Amino acid sequence: MTDAVTNPAQNTGPAPMQPSALTKRRYAAERRFKAYGVGAVAIGVIALLLLLTSILSRGLPAFTQTFIRADIYLAPQVLDPKGNRDRDDIAKVMTFSYTPLIKDSLASLANELKDGPVPQATPALLAGMVSGAANAQLRDYVLAHPDEIGKTVAFEFLANARIDQYLKGNVTRESAAADSKVDPTQLDIADALVKQGIMSKRFNPAFITNPDASENRPEAAGLGVALLGSAYMMLIVLVLSLPIGVAASIYLEEFAPKNWITDVIEVNISNLAAVPSIVFGILGLAIFINFMHLPNSAPIVGGLVLTLMTLPTIIISTRASLKSVPPSIKEAALGVGASKMQSIFHHVLPLAMPGILTGTIIGLAQALGETAPLLLIGMVAFVRDYPGPLPGGLLDPATGLPVQVYNFTQRADPAFVERASGAIIVLLAFLVVMNAIAIFLRQRLERTW
Amino acid sequence: MKSGLYAGAAAAALLVAAAPSAFAQSRDQIQIAGSSTVLPYASIVAEAFGENFDFPTPVVESGGSSAGLKKFCEGVGENTIDIANASRKIKPGEIEACAAAGVTDIIEVRIGYDGIVFASKSDGPAFDAFTPAEWYTALAAELPVDGKMVANPNTSWSAVDASLPDAPILTFIPGTKHGTREVFEEKVILAGCEESGAMAKILEINGGDEDAAEASCMAIRTDGASVDIDGDYTETLARIESDPNGVGVFGLAFYENNTDKLKVATMSGVTPSTETIASGDYPVSRPLYFYVKKAHIGVIPGLKEYAEFFVSDAVAGPDGPLAAYGLVSDPALAETQALIADEKTMDESPS
Repeated sequence: MTDAVTNPAQNTGPAPMQPSALTKRRYAAERRFKAYGVGAVAIGVIALLLLLTSILSRGLPAFTQTFIRADIYLAPQVLDPKGNRDRDDIAKVMTFSYTPLIKDSLASLANELKDGPVPQATPALLAGMVSGAANAQLRDYVLAHPDEIGKTVAFEFLANARIDQYLKGNVTRESAAADSKVDPTQLDIADALVKQGIMSKRFNPAFITNPDASENRPEAAGLGVALLGSAYMMLIVLVLSLPIGVAASIYLEEFAPKNWITDVIEVNISNLAAVPSIVFGILGLAIFINFMHLPNSAPIVGGLVLTLMTLPTIIISTRASLKSVPPSIKEAALGVGASKMQSIFHHVLPLAMPGILTGTIIGLAQALGETAPLLLIGMVAFVRDYPGPLPGGLLDPATGLPVQVYNFTQRADPAFVERASGAIIVLLAFLVVMNAIAIFLRQRLERTW
Repeated sequence: MKSGLYAGAAAAALLVAAAPSAFAQSRDQIQIAGSSTVLPYASIVAEAFGENFDFPTPVVESGGSSAGLKKFCEGVGENTIDIANASRKIKPGEIEACAAAGVTDIIEVRIGYDGIVFASKSDGPAFDAFTPAEWYTALAAELPVDGKMVANPNTSWSAVDASLPDAPILTFIPGTKHGTREVFEEKVILAGCEESGAMAKILEINGGDEDAAEASCMAIRTDGASVDIDGDYTETLARIESDPNGVGVFGLAFYENNTDKLKVATMSGVTPSTETIASGDYPVSRPLYFYVKKAHIGVIPGLKEYAEFFVSDAVAGPDGPLAAYGLVSDPALAETQALIADEKTMDESPS
């Protein structure tokens, strides 16, 4: 062949290295196939990039939030009408009574603005820029420090969602003019306050730690309860489905007699893996809540339902990885006198472990993203209290990350759009962490033979 | 690895063993389910309730009035919900279903009124004024023409009435699982049927069968001019944003949160607002309710306090957070407050 290439002149007659028409067609087909493959990969990459850019561009602003600094005079006649500084009496003053405090304390600032950059500023407009969550923040502070009543204390409040969206560029003067929830003057005030350094936008860790918030205050909504709920559910799924799944696979693969009963079981496991997830929700409602009387909205029920959903995936992947271990290894173990159980647990299982872990993580990732089965067991809900510490917290109400995404998208206030995308980013980060753990474990356990 | 597996199995066994102890643990938070229209109000109240009282924050589920009432009627006990939110009154059939499951003493709480508005994209065709008759003529499946029922021939709004823009009829109305749908059918379509004189014609055609005539009035066309939205108003908004010719049915509160994207049409010449709805001038409004299981008061901590807090002047009054979100507060709020204070069930209070 090399001769033919180096000395083409010596070739007389029909050139033997001249590819025939058929060969040319075969080469062309191969080139075309490669191009299709590159195209397919490119489409996938583009889709992923589009998805990521859209989610990141919409969701990243959710991690920053606008804050307003204000000095609030904690008026004793409002907060402690009886004047005895008794916690129970102070607790009777509801959050609604704190609104005038904020308004009064902002009056001097409003007057400054009125004489300066924004002539139309009023205390009411200024107070309207503070989040509804500020009242609760004030009340919690007063209840914790009753001695501070009568003093002026510096606070940092969340700005209301429309102002926050203005600083993020989603609310414009045109949209504000048509919007009943914000006054264009408030946007002028916001500009002035930013210039004075009273208002600023900064990283907001509360988006990850805070519980959900109601429609009146999207700026205070966070993912704390959903994150904890998802973590609890994943823990239950892992703890239950890994041992059950692995035990079932080992038995079916290595010990079970080959007869029609095991055939039926095998077919059914494959079928179960394809059952729509909502079916498991219906099952969970019937068994765990109506029959076993476990509480509604609890991560334990969610975890059990997701375990049922994940088991077939884990069993199928575990059996595949057990099968892929060369039989010679097991036979060698049996040959030197190991029992069947020893040969499996000492030799086959460790070699199959990377595959088992991959399957488990894929199953967990699938379970992490499920909303439908949770709908029926009361986990698609508005929950604000964090579930307690383990193990009792498994019975407290909670939501999950995908549920929180769904909840945010249902809300009327447009500020929830960025929070939904932000929640998706956190969900993706959760998945990446899980996959990273899987890859790490797989590489540590990887053995060659 | 072996020890890991055993540890996992042991943990699993522990978990399963721990589960029954759950039965003994009593539930201390209120559980609520029902109407997605009431959900925002209920979550605002739940949030404020958790902040102001030492009770845990109630858990609020959505899913629709019918689904909520069905869950409510499953029985009495910690395993069932305490409150059902509804955007319509409980039906006699549901009361019977409740009674059959042992849920007999139900307290009905009216929290206020909600307007249903007809809105379109702010830069779309000029849908500024509607009447119920126009909606009936645009959306009915069959119209009476010359003594016969014929399939609705109208394809554009201008064919319905010359004053309307020349745009194809495309409406997004709430799906049948929503309580809003019933109000829409009754107060817009049926009212329009009567107002346009179609009702009388249908009665002539069918020989005076009123039930059949009403059913015929309320049958909505299914040829694509009207689209049922089974999701929330956010879905309706998304559909309108992608199709500027669409007209959507929204709750007043939702519209007020999105006034920069939507423009609202008057109905029979009245602009929807909390004032016109409270005065009764705006024709399409409905009361919102929640239903409390009396048997759970005293068992679930904070249940009565929550109900009282919900209808207190500071919350449901005209200056409260619910009104700020879009609820039209009930002029007869004091009566509702007294009703809860006395724990009067539906059997005891005439309504």
